[in-house]
Amino acid sequence: MPVGELRVAIKSDQDIVLARQKGRVMAIELGFSSGEATLIATTISELARNIISYAGEGQILLKAVQGTKKTGLSVTAADEGPGIPDIQQAMRDGFSTSGSLGIGLPGVRRLMDEFEIISQPNRGTTVTVKKWR
Amino acid sequence: MEVPILKQGQVLIATFQAALSDADLKHLRIGLVEQVVRLRSRGVIVDVTAMDVMDSFASRTLREIAHMIRLRGAETVIVGIQPEVAFAMVQLGLTLEGVATALDLEEGLAYLNEKFKTTN
Repeated sequence: MPVGELRVAIKSDQDIVLARQKGRVMAIELGFSSGEATLIATTISELARNIISYAGEGQILLKAVQGTKKTGLSVTAADEGPGIPDIQQAMRDGFSTSGSLGIGLPGVRRLMDEFEIISQPNRGTTVTVKKWR
Repeated sequence: MEVPILKQGQVLIATFQAALSDADLKHLRIGLVEQVVRLRSRGVIVDVTAMDVMDSFASRTLREIAHMIRLRGAETVIVGIQPEVAFAMVQLGLTLEGVATALDLEEGLAYLNEKFKTTN
């Protein structure tokens, strides 16, 4: 079965589990080690939970990506929630507005190779992360 | 999802599954403490061998479970954190501070038995 693109709607905490399971399967299919697949699945879990906590619903898009010499997996978490007013603050360790540990975004950045965040007040947030093999 | 909780003498053994949702974890938090009270248990082993992801929520819930059970006067030990999961946890900055951990069920039981001896 070719691995291309997979979209998981995130509406409840059950979807968080589903999204990270799909992500792990895709990572293994792309040739990632089991340890790397764990990092990817953990990342998906954190990003999907952010969607539930801050926006209520959104989606996770998993995509196989091809670099010049390498294969990778890209995870995009998108919502149309309130957005993040201060991204720099949100990227600091220990910062949280939802009463969680506040390790979410900075932690996710450490787990993955590339990290990009776009957020507009009242328009939503899109986080894209990539892991290369 | 149902989490099997086994009673072995003074110890409760809860075996967590891979696909636990946040709601399942919240349920367990209350459920385990209730069982400790009902069965007058002195120790709890939470076996996470099957868990392939330990994210910030799962980790925080485990800490809360351990701290609640300690307030009840019993001890909790988390066993079976997989090496890959441990690696991801450290990267994320999750330390399970203040919570006892052991390699596996056997080591966890040994740890609790040692604890019981010193408090008897």
